[in-house]
Amino acid sequence: MSNLMKVPTMAEMTANGEFPEILFWVGCSGSFDDRAKKITKAIVKILNKCEVKFAVLGAEESCTGDPAKRAGNEFLFQMQAMQNIAVLNGYEIKKIVTGCPHCFNTMKNEYPELGGNYDVVHHTQLIQSLIADGRLQVKDGDTFKGKRITFHDPCYLGRANNVYEAPREMLQKLDAELVEMKNCKAKGTCCGAGGAQMFKEAEKGDKEVNVKRTEEAMEVKPNIIATGCPFCNTMMTDGVKNKEQEGNIEVIDVAELIATAADL
Amino acid sequence: MISIIIFAVLLLVGFGYFAMNVGKIRSNILMGRDVDRSDNKGERLKVMTLIALGQKKMFKRPVPAILHFCLYAAFVITQIELIEIIADGLSGEHRLFRPALGGFYTFMISFIEVLSVLAFIATFIFLARRNLIKVPRLNMKEMKGWPKLDGNLILVMELILITFIFMMNGADEVLYAKGASHAENLGDGSLGFAISQYVGPALFGGMSESTLMMIERIGWWGHIVMVFSFLNYLPFSKHFHIILAFPNTFYSNLKPKGQLTNMESVMKEVKMMMDPDADPYAAPAEPEGEIQRFGAKDVEDLTWKNLLDAYTCTECGRCTDNCPANQTGKLLSPRKIMMDTRDRLDEKGEAIRKHGKGHDDGKSLLNDYITEEELWACTSCNACVEACPVNIDPLSIIMDMRRYLVMEESKVPTELAGMISNIENNGAPWQFSPEDRINWRDEA
Ligand code: SF4
Ligand code: SF4
Repeated sequence: MSNLMKVPTMAEMTANGEFPEILFWVGCSGSFDDRAKKITKAIVKILNKCEVKFAVLGAEESCTGDPAKRAGNEFLFQMQAMQNIAVLNGYEIKKIVTGCPHCFNTMKNEYPELGGNYDVVHHTQLIQSLIADGRLQVKDGDTFKGKRITFHDPCYLGRANNVYEAPREMLQKLDAELVEMKNCKAKGTCCGAGGAQMFKEAEKGDKEVNVKRTEEAMEVKPNIIATGCPFCNTMMTDGVKNKEQEGNIEVIDVAELIATAADL
Repeated sequence: MISIIIFAVLLLVGFGYFAMNVGKIRSNILMGRDVDRSDNKGERLKVMTLIALGQKKMFKRPVPAILHFCLYAAFVITQIELIEIIADGLSGEHRLFRPALGGFYTFMISFIEVLSVLAFIATFIFLARRNLIKVPRLNMKEMKGWPKLDGNLILVMELILITFIFMMNGADEVLYAKGASHAENLGDGSLGFAISQYVGPALFGGMSESTLMMIERIGWWGHIVMVFSFLNYLPFSKHFHIILAFPNTFYSNLKPKGQLTNMESVMKEVKMMMDPDADPYAAPAEPEGEIQRFGAKDVEDLTWKNLLDAYTCTECGRCTDNCPANQTGKLLSPRKIMMDTRDRLDEKGEAIRKHGKGHDDGKSLLNDYITEEELWACTSCNACVEACPVNIDPLSIIMDMRRYLVMEESKVPTELAGMISNIENNGAPWQFSPEDRINWRDEA
């Protein structure tokens, strides 16, 4: 295991009498989904590179309850939330970075009323501040030279929490051209996964939402669709496949782009 | 004298009937559950000023925004003239304020006239957008029938109203020039109104004094009758938004859009379940007041803010136009959610007034108006909330109805039931063991 892939759990850290600067909340996708695990690793590498002292919960982490809540099961949501809050408060966690806008939204906005008060940031916000503070140097070689990148705003980061600039500021650090889709920022079209849609077939219609969003992206002829959410990543990847554009368009998380540019 | 009495009766009936219908709407809205929006008055005032008064969210689409602003400004400013009309009507005088206000009076009426011309043009364009160009969002399924007629009716009323204004002022200009107007003669030869001083002579120039008098009176009475018709039409129309936009934006949700409420009723039960010291055999605490169902099946299960939203909806369709589910051909339309909520609320309110509180008409918002298929198509993306020019939140109604379906009727789409049982059993929406959560650490 390279030094950059050092991932202590809270249990391990506590056993060593240590305490992290920040807790990395990996999320279910980031833990189990093969594609999303790569994003998780990119975030880990960046944190280690910047010598951010962090830990994960590992087996003690459990679903935040977001999909249950949005599927109408408030009981299950609150059970999950209370259980997670008990663990987090047990470790006296103060600051959390999430790899997923849904976890971010739920923990930041819905946990406080249930007794979980933390300073929660999304990974794009944290990485952006690491760059701004000079803790992370992004010296892009030729990797992204001449590439067109468009950022797909995750609903739960953008409209839901008004975070539009952090991911864009990060992308501007790359030696690439940032192009905006017609529907971007507050007007950004959903990828189709939110509100528990990720876990079911869509209702009857004439098109899939992710295909529509992919078509919107294709209008600006990008080489890369940048995402900030594991669900969006899945949806856009599927959309690109549906349009048979795998050869032309890659779907990559902002964290992965930065990790690549920083040679990690 | 007779005209004063007729006028006074008109005034009383006009305001009285309006007040009665507003009262009905108010009591309908108060059927909703409570939600606290009494905090942050300063911030709320700011939101109301920007969004309702300043129409900030309209300007995302400049063309309708500018046209709408002309209508809106004309409407607001014309109300000032109404004060004089009422004063004239009750006193039997003519242009009562003119001698005292002098040049300012001329300026005000001229200002109203210019805005009225702009509004006249805007109204024509609006009619064309609805009926000739057929802007898609104004011609969707849920707009068939009354909503379409409603939209056109109000525009036609606007045209008639403005016509009356120019009959009144135009004829009066000609009369004044002849020294025959009832307005006090200030020795200036013209009333000096920006538009009427030209339009008047052009249209009515050669007419006799008695004809002019008649045109002026038809304009004057027509104007006031239209104003009262308009006022009393409002509570039955989407145009009620010109009033409700203000309270509705004042009571906006100020929290991040992604934040869904935590249900308090559930909170109590979950806390008890999770509390290791709780006595499992203790009798359940007496529920305070009426037992509420989880989530929303009918309008009274929604909050008063949801219901205020429903009456505020302008049926503009910006929400539906931006809804990814609707854009991809699904049945869901957030505008329809709002229209259904309002129509059901009207129906239920009427039934309760007739048969008394607690009356069950065997219908509900769910199923009779909104289907499960619509509810499950929502991605909770908040595009509708973002797009709404008067800060309406269709998403919270959708979510409350899902809660009812799941928690009261256990009606969950099969795949979601699988996701839910996975979370219950292994703390993830998929079938993975919690112990494997950190396996990624060791995978190359
Ligand atoms: S939140 Fe639901 S109803 Fe509103 S725009 Fe998104 S998918 Fe449509
Ligand atoms: S909810 Fe808002 S956006 Fe949708 S139709 Fe009504 S007023 Fe327009």
